[in-house]
Amino acid sequence: MDRFRYLPGVVTLQIDVRRCDGCRMCVIVCPHAVFCMQDKKARILDADACMECGACAKNCPSGAITVRSGVGCATAMLIETLHRGSCCGG
Amino acid sequence: MANACGPTSDGRRPSRSPWVTGHVESAVGQVPQVDTTLRFADRLGAWKARWAIGRMRYSVPPGLYAVGRPGRESPVLVTANYKMTFDRVRSQLAAVDAWLLVLDTHGINVWCAAGKGTFGTDELVRRVAATRLQQLVAHRRLILPQLAAPGVAAHEVLRRCGFRVIYGPVRAEDIPRFLEADMQATPDMRRVRFPLRDRLAVAPVELVMAMKYILLMAICFFLLSGLGADGYSWQRAIAIGLPCAAVAAAVSFGSILLTPVLLPWLPGRMFAVKGFWLGVAMLGIVGVWSNVRQMPVRSWVAVASWCVLIPTLASFMAMNYTGSTPYTSLSGVRVEVRRAVPVQVIGAVIGVALWLTGRFV
Repeated sequence: MDRFRYLPGVVTLQIDVRRCDGCRMCVIVCPHAVFCMQDKKARILDADACMECGACAKNCPSGAITVRSGVGCATAMLIETLHRGSCCGG
Repeated sequence: MANACGPTSDGRRPSRSPWVTGHVESAVGQVPQVDTTLRFADRLGAWKARWAIGRMRYSVPPGLYAVGRPGRESPVLVTANYKMTFDRVRSQLAAVDAWLLVLDTHGINVWCAAGKGTFGTDELVRRVAATRLQQLVAHRRLILPQLAAPGVAAHEVLRRCGFRVIYGPVRAEDIPRFLEADMQATPDMRRVRFPLRDRLAVAPVELVMAMKYILLMAICFFLLSGLGADGYSWQRAIAIGLPCAAVAAAVSFGSILLTPVLLPWLPGRMFAVKGFWLGVAMLGIVGVWSNVRQMPVRSWVAVASWCVLIPTLASFMAMNYTGSTPYTSLSGVRVEVRRAVPVQVIGAVIGVALWLTGRFV
């Protein structure tokens, strides 16, 4: 998967390390190995690999992770813009 | 009593499904036992779904199923009720005794259903209660596919129904190894890959869905080719319009097939840029083809129009592949759409204007 990288410096993923309780759930659920553990706290290792699926934020019991998640689909975005409504399969 | 656990919520009788081989007795009554070998009908069904034939109805009744001869200590595997997903999971479990809890994801796969929230905390908690899982098994563990995580909050599931969510591997083929390793997934099992096979998996559906637009575009090219300074001519529509329509359709089909195939090697991060370069390559092929066929080059305007139209069309088609990949972020696609679409619109306007001008000079 290392061959596939999307645009750098655009993702909204953030972690408030002070609130992290070190449960490792984000490390487990991330399909792109964005997180690593350092001093028993989760850290963002590779933000540009993030696809903003939201799995980490959803499974963070202490609410330390925030990300604007959604489907990265240009077709859905264009249709939404054209119809100004919710739409489209994924 | 016996019916309580049966997946009969939508009225279909699972016992009559060809993939149900019998029943297993349990603390909550009879549970349908599923076959772990796929038959011709399953493979045909998967093929049809890939070609968008009955794809949105390709589901199994949600509920509880047995694989092998599970008991009170057997693991509970949770999955979606898209039949292709269900088939992929059961076909990997030939040597396993387990319970299979199928959620109602409206016939959508795990990843997409999790993104929409149908493979979610609420449905999971509801299904655990409806199937009386607390009575069925002595342990309190649910094994979920890792790609369900965008929809399920493990800590909330634990709080609401007492079951601990364990995220298993991304791919069903790794389930036996995961179970053997005492439910420990290797880093490799946790990573999403995107090999050629997966990249091409959605190409047939994309082809079918794009077909009407491609046909419409081809018809437009055909009809407009009849225009000329001397009025409308059907002979000209056939002589010039047919090759034009063929080129437009070929470039569209080519983009849908070649963008996934060449994805790792096409230059650029943006799909619109990747598509542009693919378009430049296809333009070269069209150029060689028209030379070999000795197509009449009417004017430099006509040639220029194709130099703009083909890369623009390919760029647009490639951009639409962003929704089929497992690595494009919402923020990234927003940036891409904002930057690429204006350029594509300008390209389309200039290209069509040149092409129409070419009809009259």
